[in-house]
Amino acid sequence: MKPADASMTVRPPIISMRGLRKSYGVGTPVETEVLHGIDAELAEGEFCALIGPSGSGKSTLLNLIGLLEAPSAGELWVAGQSTVGLNEQALTRLRGRNIGFVFQFHHLLPAFSALENVMMPSIIENGVATAEAEAVARDLLARVGLTGHELKKTNQLSGGQQQRVAIARALSMSPRLILADEPTGNLDTHTADEIFALMREFNRERGSACLIVTHDPRLAARCDRHIELVDGRVAADTLVTAPG
Amino acid sequence: MARSRLPFEFLVALRFLREGRMQTALILLGVTGGVAVIVFLSQLIAQLQSTIIDRVLGSQAHVVVRPLEEVNLRARTDVTGTTVIEPRAQRLRSIDQWESIMELAEAQPRVVAVSPVVSGPAFALRGRASKSVALVGVDPDRYRRIVKMDTYMTRGKFQVEGTNTIIGVELAKDLGVTVGDKVFLRAAGGRDELLQVTGLFDIGNKDLNRRWVFTTMKLAQSLLDLPGGVSNIDITVADIFDASEVAARLQAGSGMTVESWMTTNSQLLAALRNQSVSNNLIRSFVVIIVALGISSVLVVSVVQKQKEIGILRAMGTSSNRIMGVFLLQGALVGFVGALSGVGLAWALLQIFSTIYRTGDGAPIFEPQLDTGIALSAAGIALVVGVLAALIPARRAAKMDPVQAIRS
Repeated sequence: MKPADASMTVRPPIISMRGLRKSYGVGTPVETEVLHGIDAELAEGEFCALIGPSGSGKSTLLNLIGLLEAPSAGELWVAGQSTVGLNEQALTRLRGRNIGFVFQFHHLLPAFSALENVMMPSIIENGVATAEAEAVARDLLARVGLTGHELKKTNQLSGGQQQRVAIARALSMSPRLILADEPTGNLDTHTADEIFALMREFNRERGSACLIVTHDPRLAARCDRHIELVDGRVAADTLVTAPG
Repeated sequence: MARSRLPFEFLVALRFLREGRMQTALILLGVTGGVAVIVFLSQLIAQLQSTIIDRVLGSQAHVVVRPLEEVNLRARTDVTGTTVIEPRAQRLRSIDQWESIMELAEAQPRVVAVSPVVSGPAFALRGRASKSVALVGVDPDRYRRIVKMDTYMTRGKFQVEGTNTIIGVELAKDLGVTVGDKVFLRAAGGRDELLQVTGLFDIGNKDLNRRWVFTTMKLAQSLLDLPGGVSNIDITVADIFDASEVAARLQAGSGMTVESWMTTNSQLLAALRNQSVSNNLIRSFVVIIVALGISSVLVVSVVQKQKEIGILRAMGTSSNRIMGVFLLQGALVGFVGALSGVGLAWALLQIFSTIYRTGDGAPIFEPQLDTGIALSAAGIALVVGVLAALIPARRAAKMDPVQAIRS
């Protein structure tokens, strides 16, 4: 293993963080700082695990990077654009075009079919379902092994199938970054391995960078890089294998 | 399944409504009922009112000019103490300078028709039967624009000349005469004439059918001893609710007694107004209740859809578009509810028009739906739907996506 810094200059960063802090309950007696100044970069196409004990701030960091929450201090660049001072509209656009999410509990829309769920990011972006979006979505569902399940409502699918739909959805806009918050957290080991293999496959094939929060050391071991958070600080940043 | 061509907001709004099937059904029922009540009530009251006004004004002029009442004045003003001035009996008199007053009336704006009338008491006699009647001398061409006599004629035409007369069906029955028979008429002053019945009318009011006896103005003038004079001038105005204003102006201009139907039927008018006020009150309450219903259902829906809203936000939906989704739900509920409400109102009108009938079996109102009323009710439902969705929609837009996803 060698320090992470060695690879940083090879490819441009998709994410850059400088002194990123996050506090909750600002101005109240229970004000607490969860992140105490994070400095890190994530290169294009990197496959990185975000590990650490519960309460270390992993999910909070993921939400900041995903532009779902605003940092209390520090700077964050996404796809080369500084996010400081952007309004909600601009943040939403930046997120929609560059970031795909995979959540622990899949978070599919139960009112829509598997196909519609995968098409949804495109429908949001274009305002209407296009033929291209449908072709892309059908293709992605086939790739995650769900041919024949396109028109099923999400509650008619098993947990593993739901998470596959969620991965297909995260990939539907060909994002440059996929953020996954314990994507295999509620799946059995066999299914978890499959889902993880799928993400790895897409990472190699399409070059989307992945940042995966996980508690599972087995899965973390299969990532190229580990960023370990302890008590809101980066405790370790190590490359497991050279990416690419 | 074909790919939906709906824009994002429509697609999501419709799916959300479809997903909350029970709530959507209940609130649609509420809007339907509300719109139906408003349309049905408005239609019913508008029609009943116009029917009543038609009945009242069907045999009555909008404005009537009469001579000033004769009064007794105190001859000596230097006597102190109380003096009793007895009211004076009003004899039949002609309107002074009635031709010039007619011209004045015709020159008034919003006056449609003016007709001089010579009318006074008389007896119709035949054999041993004697009936008290009102002798009405008219110029038929002018008078038919005051009272639509042509539509009331059951036999003959509304046309009089010489010693011809037109009487009501009840009087004809009482006297046992019909078209072609003769009736002897004696005015209260003692003058008399043998008249030939050339037509019968039925105004729909038995009292008037018994009393009115139409002749030429000239004959009435000679029978009533009003040579060249007229007892009153009848006027029709364009909008019946302008009558009192026209009357007031004419009274100021002519110095005569001028009365509108609104004064002579002031109680009816007050009743109609009260009816309209209570109708508006009921409508307002229904609108408020429907709005509260839509609002509360959508508030619950926002809470239930918290997670979905968070997911949509995370996938790049702006908070404005989330707001749009919920406003659209309100509008859709309002619109669909308005359509079914108008349909229900139409059905109610069909049913009630067969239940509510006049004494002679004719329906009190037509079961037609007024397009204006239906459209405005639908418009109100749409606007109320959107307004009622405003609070829930803003709540949905303000929702923190992180909070929603975590739960």
